[in-house]
Amino acid sequence: MPGRTKAQDAASQDADMQDVPPSGQDEINQDAEMREDAEVEEEEEEEEEEVEPQRVRILPGSTDTAASFEFTDEGHTLGNALRYVIMKNPDVEFCAYSIPHPSEPKMNIRIQTYDGTAVNALKKGLSDLQDVCDVVAEEFWTKRQQFNSEQGIDR
Amino acid sequence: MAPSAEELLRRNTVGINKETVSNVASTDFPGHFPGEDHAFTIERFRSAFSVQFHRNELNDASFSLIGIDASLANAFRRILIAEIPTLAIEDVYIENNTSVIQDEVLAHRLGLIPFNGGREGIHNFLKWYKKPEAGEDAYANSFDWNTVRLELNITCTVNPDASPNENDPLKAYNHAHVYAKDIVFVPTGRQVEYFSGENAIAPTNPDILIAKLRPKQTINLAMHMHKGIGADHSKFSPVATASYRLLPLIHITKPIIGADAEKFQRCFPQGVIGLEKITREEASKSGSGYEGHAGELKAVVKDSMKDTVSREALRHPEFEGKVKLGRRRDHFIFSIESTGQWDSDELFLEAVKHLKLKCKKLEQQVVNMVQ
Repeated sequence: MPGRTKAQDAASQDADMQDVPPSGQDEINQDAEMREDAEVEEEEEEEEEEVEPQRVRILPGSTDTAASFEFTDEGHTLGNALRYVIMKNPDVEFCAYSIPHPSEPKMNIRIQTYDGTAVNALKKGLSDLQDVCDVVAEEFWTKRQQFNSEQGIDR
Repeated sequence: MAPSAEELLRRNTVGINKETVSNVASTDFPGHFPGEDHAFTIERFRSAFSVQFHRNELNDASFSLIGIDASLANAFRRILIAEIPTLAIEDVYIENNTSVIQDEVLAHRLGLIPFNGGREGIHNFLKWYKKPEAGEDAYANSFDWNTVRLELNITCTVNPDASPNENDPLKAYNHAHVYAKDIVFVPTGRQVEYFSGENAIAPTNPDILIAKLRPKQTINLAMHMHKGIGADHSKFSPVATASYRLLPLIHITKPIIGADAEKFQRCFPQGVIGLEKITREEASKSGSGYEGHAGELKAVVKDSMKDTVSREALRHPEFEGKVKLGRRRDHFIFSIESTGQWDSDELFLEAVKHLKLKCKKLEQQVVNMVQ
């Protein structure tokens, strides 16, 4: 996929590859930091009773602008839908999902951004998806009521 | 710069060619087309999205979702099949079974029978059942709010009123066939409040054949129903089918006239292609392709939604270069057949709610992860 062109002026329609904004990926490996974060949060979880188990984690090797996330007990249903809305975010350079092995209930999402952090892109994706659901439900029910009253279906 | 209507149509059409398909992937992403803004905004989605109903019966609904991406439409379809909970037989306790059907086969057949009952009770009163841990009492977690008890006690006997020469087992014997309607619901605790009278738990299709018996053979068993989801076992799937197809497009690029038009019509299912008389006006216009054909018949597209996209028209040389087939990328014709515990239209709404709830929970999880 070519780089983002939104910020460019209208005169130069055919952007050179040189004009593509630099990838936001950090060259330095931030592995160690990430792992520490994950451990701290696990300990806190166990204190509360009947709390939902943590199903999302950042995979090692991730940086602020280029991260992989592992979702437990999710599959293509959420993976592909989430991939689509995240790709619709102009700050995102790359987004893809995969299910590394069919017999493990895990789904990985990779996000690389030009601007902002990968975590924020993921958060925005999840909240955009909720907005989509609201619009779909509202429109569906309006049209359903309309159709039922036109057809004399009473239920 | 906004793309022309022609360009938008091209982007929105999946090409169906003689031997291939083309233009299959979505391209509505930021950065794909220079100078165009494809960023997601809910306002833009709202104005592009619409729903059209075609049919709305209890067990069969059909509607179109227009202006939505395949990844989202597919998420709804997958949730319908695998993630909406229903009630089904999970445990079968066989006291006696002398029929020719083996215990395990009988248990499997019973599990697949769809049941129905009071909606309030099924959706709200009944909750998830948690299997007891190893070593715990087998019924430690069974309560009126998570387990429904059913019984099937039936014995085949000789019908004393039948003629001795009777060859039809249904007349010669009593209970030669065991049907779903022979299953008896045994209400427990507060289930009486939710499942009595016409709200009783009963098979959706009472005439499902479970087993065949001969005199003195007997089936004597009890069953426990629990809530579950289709991802665990397809008996819990609330739909018989939930599927979508893309709206077929037929574009007649050059006139198809006379006998050819009639042949063209026969290449499609009934009602897709219509035949119209060429008017004097059309025939007098030069370059229209209708010159001198006034009064003859021409083929026109009447209802492309009825098309099955068989590509028959592309096999005949006389139509070559005259017709283009395709499908609209963002027009999904859904068809949902419920098995009874939900209304078909209600099911779709439930799927949308389910996806929203899933995202909401995960959003919170992402927040927790970062902390």
